[in-house]
Amino acid sequence: MSEAGPKHEAYWRANLRIVAVLLSIWFTVSFVCGVLLVEPLNQVRIPNTGFKLGFWFAQQGSIYIFVVLIFVYVRLMNRLDDEHGVSED
Amino acid sequence: MTIQSWTFLIVGLSFALYIGIALRARAVSTKEFYVAGAGVPPIANGMATAADWMSAASFISMAGLISFLGYDGSVYLMGWTGGYVLLALLLAPYLRKFGKFTVPDFIGDRYYSSSARIVAVFCAIFISFTYVAGQMRGVGIVFSRFLEVPINTGVWIGMAIVFFYAVLGGMKGITYTQVAQYCVLIFAYMVPAIFISLMISGSAVPQLGLGGEVSGTGVALLDRLDGLHEQLGFSPYTGGSRSTIDIFFITAALMVGTAGLPHVIVRFYTVPRVRDARASVGWALLFIALLYTTAPAVAAFARVNLIETVEGAHYRASEAERSLPKWFRTWENTGLIAWVDKDDDGRVTYRAGPAFAPLAEQNKVAPVFSGERGEHGERLLLNEPTENPNELYVDRDIMVLANPEIARLPNWVVGLVAAGGLAAALSTAAGLLLVVSTAVSHDLLKRSLLPRISEVAELRAARISAALAVCVAGYLGIHPPGFVAQVVAFAFGLAASSFFPAIIMGVFSRRMNREGAISGMLVGITFTTAYIVNFKFVHPEMNTPEHWLLGISPEGIGTVGMVINFTVAAFVSHFTPAPPDEVQRLVEHIRVPRAAEEGGSGDD
Repeated sequence: MSEAGPKHEAYWRANLRIVAVLLSIWFTVSFVCGVLLVEPLNQVRIPNTGFKLGFWFAQQGSIYIFVVLIFVYVRLMNRLDDEHGVSED
Repeated sequence: MTIQSWTFLIVGLSFALYIGIALRARAVSTKEFYVAGAGVPPIANGMATAADWMSAASFISMAGLISFLGYDGSVYLMGWTGGYVLLALLLAPYLRKFGKFTVPDFIGDRYYSSSARIVAVFCAIFISFTYVAGQMRGVGIVFSRFLEVPINTGVWIGMAIVFFYAVLGGMKGITYTQVAQYCVLIFAYMVPAIFISLMISGSAVPQLGLGGEVSGTGVALLDRLDGLHEQLGFSPYTGGSRSTIDIFFITAALMVGTAGLPHVIVRFYTVPRVRDARASVGWALLFIALLYTTAPAVAAFARVNLIETVEGAHYRASEAERSLPKWFRTWENTGLIAWVDKDDDGRVTYRAGPAFAPLAEQNKVAPVFSGERGEHGERLLLNEPTENPNELYVDRDIMVLANPEIARLPNWVVGLVAAGGLAAALSTAAGLLLVVSTAVSHDLLKRSLLPRISEVAELRAARISAALAVCVAGYLGIHPPGFVAQVVAFAFGLAASSFFPAIIMGVFSRRMNREGAISGMLVGITFTTAYIVNFKFVHPEMNTPEHWLLGISPEGIGTVGMVINFTVAAFVSHFTPAPPDEVQRLVEHIRVPRAAEEGGSGDD
């Protein structure tokens, strides 16, 4: 007997959606803002600091956003687990 | 108290702490030895992961590396943190649900193949030894710089400490010593960083100081750096010189490689539940980010300080006339900084380019001193000066090691930095050695060669292989193979082109089968290995952008290896039979933290 009842299908699809959204942010802040578009973004400065925006993303901003992304993922997944009755609690 | 006695005191206290913890956390079962009984709280696991991950290189060398690379150094910052997002979202929760103990466990069970398991075992062992050689060497170097004992004696002491808590406590002992080591290393990193930030930028938060102004000038620190670089002929600090495609591929290879390193992955088997695995990756990255966002600030402060205090300064024999800072001569004595007076004006000229050529037997530029002093009191070199005007050689490690002196901090801070460097090196070494010992006793003996081995015998085998692994690591530390620096790219490339795709497909594709996964891994590894070996060992003279495939350096080729792995695996599995039902059920099983009642099929 498979565990893949319709309930788990829905859970898995919702999970994939969360992962896809968060990974696209992950890709944007690092590879797009920190690498591909770093030169145009360097024309912009973060107000009241000496940071060029592209450089800031590459050496500071992307790392902060990575941390936030993981904690957002933890919250969303814990909620999703509860909604689908698959939480370990 | 002198620097030496402070260093002995602080390093001694930290070692006593690690041994005390090891004595309290002895492992009595294989589950405790391999995964600390899967009972580590998420925050503690986060700290342990951070210490496990941040090596001697992160602690001692990374800020210096960024200092000299500027923007190009961002590949390490993004690469070695971004991998944790992949770990959290794509790997850790599912591997925790899978349970068991190791990465080869997962590969072997998911792809119902003992050859896949064996391939994974050898990759895990190779990656770990590649890495650990550098750690043991790092321990020896810290000892020799701060305590003036020979490097080899330092390696022996490091081996003895690691032996003690890895062999005795296994993962349980390692985990709790790593928690302590994280605290030591982050404190040791932050104290000098905060003071140097106050000195250069006037801000107590290095991350803000990096975006601030140079104290009393009204000029932004980063603009000042760009200006100085332009003036002296370096490429702009915030601009960098590598091609965009290379930066992109190196960053990706480091991220994916990080997520595929067995000693990092195995840490997420040690927490009680799936949700703890998710959370502990978050904590791990938070603790890592504290150091990784400070490092670029330290890099910029040290760079400004180096250029402003050293370039153009007088190196005179008499104290009164000398305008060089005092730390210059201290570190010249250790060989980390050297000066050759090409224009005979008694002043240090700092420009782009190497100051002198390597000797015939050297494979990189490093000073070799003749033992005599020049007319200004500088140490004379045997190396041949180069044509360019640059007179200064600086080893990048100085950017962290000399910070306490540059910021004129009290002697105990120097001792603290030594203890921090040792904590970083020892914690990483221990984590890697455990992977090796588990791979031998669990994956090779229990799961492949001697399936009927008893629990007691397996635990004994685990301790013996841990002990042997410590000895091999020590040997590699004392007799470092000349290629250590080159093979680090290898470890990441291999992890990126083998483990990462195999695990991802094992979780996210129900249809992926044995034939696909194995051929994907083999082609991925072969391609990556061939490319790196070709440019690093066979034709090192051709290791330049015009010869690279699409302009991608060997450091970034793991990304291509990963793509090849995915493609080959998808193609082959399309034409070969689907995996057996029980494997498809395993995939369903690991995707859900706990099966809901209605779906119930004997899930735990």
